[in-house]
Amino acid sequence: MISKEYKNLAHQLLSFAKKNGCSAARISVVTGTERSFEYRNTQLETLQQSAQNQLTLALFVDGRYGTFSTNRMEINELKKFITNAIDSTRCLAEDAHRSLPEPERYYKGNDAPDSGYDKQIELLQPDDRLQMARATVEEVYQTDKRIISVTGSYGDSEEHSYLIDSNGFEGEKAQTTFTLSAEVSLKGNGNARPESWWYDASLFWEQLQKEGVGKKALERALSKLGQEKIKSGTYPMVVDRMNVGRLLSPMITAMSGNALAQKDSFLLDKMGQKIACHCLTLTDEPHLPMTQGSRLFDSEGVATRTRAVIEKGVLKTFFIDTYNASRLKTEPTIGSASVLTFRPGDKDLQGLIAQLKKGILVTGFNGGNSNSATGDFSFGVEGFLIENGQPVKPISEMNVTGNMLTLWASLVETGNDARTGSSWRTPSLLFDSVNFSGL
Amino acid sequence: MERRNFIGMGGMALMGSALIPDLLMITSCADAKNAIALMMNHFGVSESDLKKVMAAALENGADYADLYFEHTFNNYLSLQDGAVNRVSSNIDYGVGVRVVVGDRTGYAYAENITPEEMLKATRTASRIASGNTGTTAAVNVSEPVFTDYYPVVRSWEEVTVKDKTPYVQKINDRCFAMDRRVAKVIASQSDTTSYLLFYNSEGILCCDYRPMASLSAYCIMNDKGRTENFHSARAFRKGAEFLTDDVVETVCREAIDGASRMFTAVKPKGGEMPVVMAAGGSGILLHEAIGHAFEADFNRKNISIFSDLLGKKVCNEHINVIDDGTIAGNRGSINFDDEGTPSRKTCIVTEGILTSYLHDRISARHYGIPSTGNGRRESFRYAPMPRMRCTYMENGNASEEEIIAGVKNGVYADKFTNGQVQIGAGDFTFFVKSGYLIENGKLTQPIKDINIIGNGPKALADITMVADNLLLDNSTWTCGKNGQSIPVTQGLPSVLVKKLTVGGI
Repeated sequence: MISKEYKNLAHQLLSFAKKNGCSAARISVVTGTERSFEYRNTQLETLQQSAQNQLTLALFVDGRYGTFSTNRMEINELKKFITNAIDSTRCLAEDAHRSLPEPERYYKGNDAPDSGYDKQIELLQPDDRLQMARATVEEVYQTDKRIISVTGSYGDSEEHSYLIDSNGFEGEKAQTTFTLSAEVSLKGNGNARPESWWYDASLFWEQLQKEGVGKKALERALSKLGQEKIKSGTYPMVVDRMNVGRLLSPMITAMSGNALAQKDSFLLDKMGQKIACHCLTLTDEPHLPMTQGSRLFDSEGVATRTRAVIEKGVLKTFFIDTYNASRLKTEPTIGSASVLTFRPGDKDLQGLIAQLKKGILVTGFNGGNSNSATGDFSFGVEGFLIENGQPVKPISEMNVTGNMLTLWASLVETGNDARTGSSWRTPSLLFDSVNFSGL
Repeated sequence: MERRNFIGMGGMALMGSALIPDLLMITSCADAKNAIALMMNHFGVSESDLKKVMAAALENGADYADLYFEHTFNNYLSLQDGAVNRVSSNIDYGVGVRVVVGDRTGYAYAENITPEEMLKATRTASRIASGNTGTTAAVNVSEPVFTDYYPVVRSWEEVTVKDKTPYVQKINDRCFAMDRRVAKVIASQSDTTSYLLFYNSEGILCCDYRPMASLSAYCIMNDKGRTENFHSARAFRKGAEFLTDDVVETVCREAIDGASRMFTAVKPKGGEMPVVMAAGGSGILLHEAIGHAFEADFNRKNISIFSDLLGKKVCNEHINVIDDGTIAGNRGSINFDDEGTPSRKTCIVTEGILTSYLHDRISARHYGIPSTGNGRRESFRYAPMPRMRCTYMENGNASEEEIIAGVKNGVYADKFTNGQVQIGAGDFTFFVKSGYLIENGKLTQPIKDINIIGNGPKALADITMVADNLLLDNSTWTCGKNGQSIPVTQGLPSVLVKKLTVGGI
């Protein structure tokens, strides 16, 4: 947890800000430590370790607003910093919509702030960490003569944060993250060196997958050998659970208060309307225990709660913080999504594929973008051609192009294989008729 | 006043202003010495502190070590809903310690620059070495003089929020004046100033004062119930002299024209076709298709599709490609890279031959050649690695008109947002925000929002015509690699790529 010294510092600075011209202020202190070990082929290639501090202020001055951050934690220097920050903020135009949240919206519970913190991180030794990276490489190194390079990386980090504001909010959080990843490069056709990766991440050491990450990366790289593009056309598309986030992200961005306030969202007038297939039910579940993304309050201190985001295809929630609620003349909800869950279907990835006579399984996106105002998108993809329920040929160097609203309306089925190590717990998805460009 | 307190008294803009006149005009050895002395004073370190830490860095047996001191100030002003109503600033301060043994790196940093904290970080970083017989630190310190590629006329420390606000406001007002369909404008201005001090085990001691400035306009337009958006920006390593009415006019014009064109644009029919890359931002083709794959860390690991192609013919013999860190005021320029190597202009493709990878110290040592000055890092929190600077192709002798005239059915791409590449497979992509169809040798219907995908070596070999209109794109290009973001630029004369896969419907 954040040290008493830093908590005192935050309180002193809050008083200082109030005394020196701020009508309101919010201060956060974040400290963290990160370690990583990267082992390649036969040797430890890089090791890194560092501790960091960050103090961030949101200042409300004469109806104006500014945010300021620094890693210099000395009180006198910080006071000077705040004085300058207040002067800078005074040079702005007024913004009547800026305020702290109403105190009744704050989180006021007594839940343990460190439920995502695993003390094991304090017990691990450098050699334990190195061994994790090394063992991941040794799972596969020299097991296939096409292997050029195998890199295993182990990393862990802890983050402690403390948030207070002049309306009386006080909250803190401590969290650990453990990550194990592998990258494999192979000798392919000609000069090509197909590459792939796999990883696992968890808040808790016990839950981290410690074996098989190297093997999975190799398996994925091998399956890419002989990739080719195929004929352009409209195909059913299965997207594996690791990659669904790429398609979900433009939707979530379009639900944000800022995009709505700037009229830069293709979901602008869509509240309460059908924006996806009835088979899509998406929920924000901030209180799922031991889960990446879980939190009791957002960055304003507002209490989180379970929210239907999309229910049977109907849009139910926009992510609207205090500022944007005032600008949009609507009620605030929460600043951003915490843990997004899908109502599961009854098939896993294999099951989704098995029912297709012909289609494309997407296992990776390569670049591309989406237009925030219209929802038009175009992404590079790789994956497999599916015929008669089986992946038959690896494909690459193709694009999928369409519109977000059309795409999500064409969703046919959600998988039951949701990711667990990620705050977006995406399952594999099956869409009907998507435009692929290739030959 | 005690040295460390001197730093402590500063705020965002005031900090270090006493240093500025000396740092802005380093043209001789005496100036360099003076600047380094000021910078050491700024960071509160003496030559004996540096030598002591260096000795500790090498004591486990290492080939090389360096210390990278940084104090960076970033200020950001932005406008929404018609008024400049948000400001933010960030200060970052610390020292990175790197210890290198062969291809292996130990790295740590300290946010408090005290001898104790530096030694603590050093002990962590030096764990990469274990009893090997390494090198010893140079006894003599050398203070090389570097060419200044970004002389500052008026430092950002001399400018207040009040001075900057009118330019951001003007972006809003000009955009609304230019077109009745404008619904919203998001305008922003950002400036960054970095104080850098570098010392390594070869005894090189140098400092830099790195400015960065940008101005951007994002315009949202409504027309007959439809909404479109467009972004335009300019960025340079310049002081506050960057802020002019001309640059405001440029970004506004580009945003308005871009958004206007979107209303008449369609998505093309997708598939393989010839693509004419317009002069300027099309340099993204070089950045993604070959630039990353030429970075020598990927090649020393033998995982790039170009790993076996050094010295080989990779494209038409009239093609020359450059990565240049020495263009005055350019966003990708550096006086020296982040491991003390002087910046330079590096020919990576010469008359169609792959003549050089982009090197940092580690890869240069691996190949037994001097570094090309491409060892860059995001900040003191990261170890450097090979990165691009300003990557562009030299002029050819065709004209853009004759290139377009030779295409029966294809697309012309001129505005881009982002790109990506797979180093080993060679597949790269870039997103075309807007362009045109080419039909029977003429630009016809505008197109928008499509991805183009190709394979690096094939695309390079498929460049069959190069025009004589090289243009560098000075937008806010930021390159990401292994979690580190750095500023870069790129450029291209108009070229014809015989065949790429164009996204569409």
